[in-house]
Amino acid sequence: MAEEKSSSTKANFSNEKVPRRSFLEKFLAAGTMALVGAVFYPVARFLVPPKSGEATVTQVKLPFTRRDVEAESQKGKTFRFGRKLGIIVLTPSGELRAFSATCTHLDCTVQHRPDLGVLWCACHNGRYDLSGKNIAGPPPRPLDAFVVNEVGEEIFVSSGVA
Amino acid sequence: MPVTQLSDKPPFKARAFDWLDHRFKIRDLTAYMGNKVVPQHGHSMFYYLGGLTLFLFLVQVATGILLLMYYRPGADSAYESVKFIISNVTFGWLIRSIHSWSANLMILVLFLHMFTVYFTQAYRKPREMTWLTGIGLLGLALTFGFSGYLLPWNELAFFATRVGTGMIRAIPVIGEYLMVVLRGGEDVTGATIGRFFGLHVAILPALFSLLLTIHLLFVQRQGMSEPIEWKSSGDTHKKYMKFFPNFLYRDLLVWLIALNVLALLAVIFPDGVGVIHWPLGEKADPFAPPPAVIRPEWYFMFAFLTLKLIPAKVLFLEGEQFGLLVMGVGGLIWALVPFLDKSSQRGERSRGWMLFGFGALGFIVIMTILGYILE
Repeated sequence: MAEEKSSSTKANFSNEKVPRRSFLEKFLAAGTMALVGAVFYPVARFLVPPKSGEATVTQVKLPFTRRDVEAESQKGKTFRFGRKLGIIVLTPSGELRAFSATCTHLDCTVQHRPDLGVLWCACHNGRYDLSGKNIAGPPPRPLDAFVVNEVGEEIFVSSGVA
Repeated sequence: MPVTQLSDKPPFKARAFDWLDHRFKIRDLTAYMGNKVVPQHGHSMFYYLGGLTLFLFLVQVATGILLLMYYRPGADSAYESVKFIISNVTFGWLIRSIHSWSANLMILVLFLHMFTVYFTQAYRKPREMTWLTGIGLLGLALTFGFSGYLLPWNELAFFATRVGTGMIRAIPVIGEYLMVVLRGGEDVTGATIGRFFGLHVAILPALFSLLLTIHLLFVQRQGMSEPIEWKSSGDTHKKYMKFFPNFLYRDLLVWLIALNVLALLAVIFPDGVGVIHWPLGEKADPFAPPPAVIRPEWYFMFAFLTLKLIPAKVLFLEGEQFGLLVMGVGGLIWALVPFLDKSSQRGERSRGWMLFGFGALGFIVIMTILGYILE
């Protein structure tokens, strides 16, 4: 029925350039689109979580000392660096070095293997040397290195850009 | 030839309709809907109020689900997460503002809906059950408001909830037990947030949806109530409008207007305005002294003031017990009015029940206004 009606209306106004009904239909469609947009734009934006308001950490004081690292059988310890995880290792020469503990392959956590002399990711057998360079397995990039400063007993770890 | 066959085929819309009709007998349903009419008279605008309440409820569901994405119940996180929503989340202030505005407007429209139904005796036979389910929905809506008020865990909400739940203690015998169950302990604490949160986002929505479905089924089955005078008058001046699509379009237009009003209010007054306001304010501190003005939401003000004004002892009862008793009995009579108002069952308007209605309305309005003046 609606079909008939609209076609007969169209016939009546066939001499007009834009028939009234089709103009109104377009107007209504545009209005509806605008309404839908106005409602769903804020909803879509609301659903995207904001970036964390937490300040970026550039330096942390480790809650342990060189002796604690030496006492570890793995000669290495993980620590929190802001929201990231870091690892500090003792090299055979007695130097402390710190890296991001997140494997660059698939975000597993790496560990120190003093027996192999590497930083090792257990997930896919990825290996990094003690300067953080990826030397074997799937990791595509070296580990991010931190700067280590020892002040007396305390160990300070800071991001490279300081 | 294939080409002519193709052009002979009915349009897609018609085929889709046939396909569905074949399976779900949609034609029966549309025929049924086509029969529905809405009486047209001087008070036809009252017919929009129920639908408007429904619309605002749907807005509550939608914005409530959105707020759930970031809200975290608990004494250490509730206030912080609401603060996070309004200050960090994109359009978070808008969603919270719409949720609060829509809640208040929903209660307001719900009250208007109830009073117009009351004063037009639309509760009369055969709509007693529709009235009763409506009263149930009002009770649930008020509980929604009460439980939602605490969730931001700010100073105002904390003390208002303490007072509100404290009243329950006045109920004889089981009062103490009920209060502890509701608070999740002796006092209002983080445990209370957990309970109110569960109530607000799970239990109440489930109950409300169920009761609302029944309420709407009753309305659809029985159609709109006609004015009580139409029973005695002739058929000549009775006018009707088809529900589908005429009234439905008008309904949708009212919803569209409501959405615009809601958006304007939410944007211009994100924290509310006047006595209807919800600034986040300070975080609740159970050990801090209460703020100078403790007040409930405006729709509880009349009950709050009534209890405040009643003397400490009335007859052999404590003041609060007396107040709750009187208001409880009043509410019960209000709920049972379709059964008590015998003249409405005969299709006549009863002076007595009209006066009772005006008395109740007057009491609520005056006590609400007084509540804010006496502060």
